[in-house]
Amino acid sequence: MRTGLQTHSSRPASVPVASGAGRSYGLAAMDQPTIRTDPANAVSHTRVTFDDGLMLECGTTLRRHTVAYRTYGTLNPQRSNAVLVCHALTGDQYAAEDHPITGKPGWWDTVVGPGRPVDTNRFFVICPNVLGGCMGSTGPLSNRELPDGTLIDEPWGTDFPPVTIRDMVRAQKRLIEHLGIERLFAALGGSMGGMQVLQWAALYPEAVFAALPIATASYHSAQNIAFHEVGRQAIFADPDWQNGQYWRTGRIPARGLAVARMCAHITYLSEEALTRKFGRRLQNAPKDSTEAISLFGEMFEVESYLRHQGSTFVQRFDANSYLTITRAMDYFDLGADCGGDLATAFKGTGTRFLLASFTSDWLFPTNQSRSVARALNRAGANVSFVEFPTDKGHDAFLLEEPDFHRTLAGFLRGCAIHAGLDAGG
Amino acid sequence: MSTLDPVRFLAKNMRVDLALIAGMIAPGSRVLDIGCGDGTLIDHLFQTKGCDARGIEIDMAEVTRAVAHGLPVMQGDADIDLTYYPDGAFDYVVLSRALQAVERPRAVLRQMLRIGTRAVVSFPNFGHWLVRWQLVSTGRMPMTATWDRPWHETPNIHPCTIRDFFVLCEEEGYVVEQWLAADDAGRRGPWRRASWMANLFGEQGVFLLRHR
Repeated sequence: MRTGLQTHSSRPASVPVASGAGRSYGLAAMDQPTIRTDPANAVSHTRVTFDDGLMLECGTTLRRHTVAYRTYGTLNPQRSNAVLVCHALTGDQYAAEDHPITGKPGWWDTVVGPGRPVDTNRFFVICPNVLGGCMGSTGPLSNRELPDGTLIDEPWGTDFPPVTIRDMVRAQKRLIEHLGIERLFAALGGSMGGMQVLQWAALYPEAVFAALPIATASYHSAQNIAFHEVGRQAIFADPDWQNGQYWRTGRIPARGLAVARMCAHITYLSEEALTRKFGRRLQNAPKDSTEAISLFGEMFEVESYLRHQGSTFVQRFDANSYLTITRAMDYFDLGADCGGDLATAFKGTGTRFLLASFTSDWLFPTNQSRSVARALNRAGANVSFVEFPTDKGHDAFLLEEPDFHRTLAGFLRGCAIHAGLDAGG
Repeated sequence: MSTLDPVRFLAKNMRVDLALIAGMIAPGSRVLDIGCGDGTLIDHLFQTKGCDARGIEIDMAEVTRAVAHGLPVMQGDADIDLTYYPDGAFDYVVLSRALQAVERPRAVLRQMLRIGTRAVVSFPNFGHWLVRWQLVSTGRMPMTATWDRPWHETPNIHPCTIRDFFVLCEEEGYVVEQWLAADDAGRRGPWRRASWMANLFGEQGVFLLRHR
């Protein structure tokens, strides 16, 4: 296997850093037709390219594929303290450091870091960007590969092969091998990250000592597919989408992608949390708005908040990646892949599992975690399962949840004893 | 503990049962503790006997405490979740002071001896002389240190006596490999040879069962 570590560095981030911590969220980004066409190459990413072929589930082989990733902490001499963190749909590899584009703290810096539940003083944490992503790993933004392997100076766009969660995991396995790690001490992630964790445990049981699928499910439900479809249709309906070849004009489908994000964001929260944060409070619409909203003169705070979520999202995410990854989630059905019985996916596994869910999460409700836990019981696996009370909805796995964090830390501590890891710290 | 706490299972002092139950379990075995609370017994079995011990607990706060201590515990209901384990998955399945609180004790026992080679069951004895005396003398439901909640709010919906339990084992075809009666502090009673004495003076019964 020939691999090459490449660090691509071009121009510095030319993107305006998201502002809007205050009440008044601008509409500017949504109204601007052009922002950037290429979020991935605006900053440099640590990445490794494999050129011995990755056969995808759809039958296509990528001759070369790149995995962008970040690591935190130090790999011990026995190479036994590696922890893989898998990100969710719109996450990326910047789990525990300021994001190079938005400047915001890492998406899981409440969980990963020195003294955190996934303690980087003890563990060597690896967080890869998924296959199909837009932060440096091979995806729709990458240069298109012809069947003979030659690269052409044009992005894949919508011609990027339909990847699956299993394809993502197989690409990550290559990275782990490249880093000289035979067995992960733990793999963890929430939402789509949890799907990857389940797939890891099913595909490479001997390579995962502990698996922590959080706020996730073994298949994407009809309701979740439906919400994804609304988001995709919003992108398709944007005239700037241009059949996915938006690089030709330099105008990205910002409005469509923002609406997709707004719709998805509602599913990450809960009615209780929205009521607590915004209620029915009104605020004045921004003066520069030319939108229909100005007819009313004022808007609800929750509208403003959602618009802010939409407008900041398009600064860092590629629409074709969004289409690719939402589809990968929709395809995911681990039980169906194993003849209809999820337990067979884990038969005889030695991996220790922690399933965790949140009471107000209606996107990946507790019942879905419970049915995974029961399937694991049928497979005779060692499984812990906890539901945490919270009003924060699906997003709770990303937020400050002391019981959840204490449980993560304790579970990992227990596993470290069973794995014979030095129990220090 | 307030008598108004909405717990389903009888609050139990694991320290009391721990030595008695652990004494029936072979080192290095696979154990499932049903109603494991904060996991004291499974921790003890792992630490002192090297058992692969796991737990199920219905109360989420207890589950969280157990997992945060690094113990493999899942939230679940004995009446429902035992069906999801494969046959013979464990050497021992433990039900400590919870038999009287499950919906279907007989079905739960069957599940225990399906998924485990042996079952260890402990329960408070409703045949204890003080319970009998209170019912006879006052004509009202007994209130003792063990049976400490009024009839309308007790989680203990299926009280039984040591004698009842022997009869059930007979009916179901279980072999009682070991049994003992103890007082509430976990001291073994001297009634090993006479079960009627145990049924009168024992505050709790502990049984080790297997299939015939």
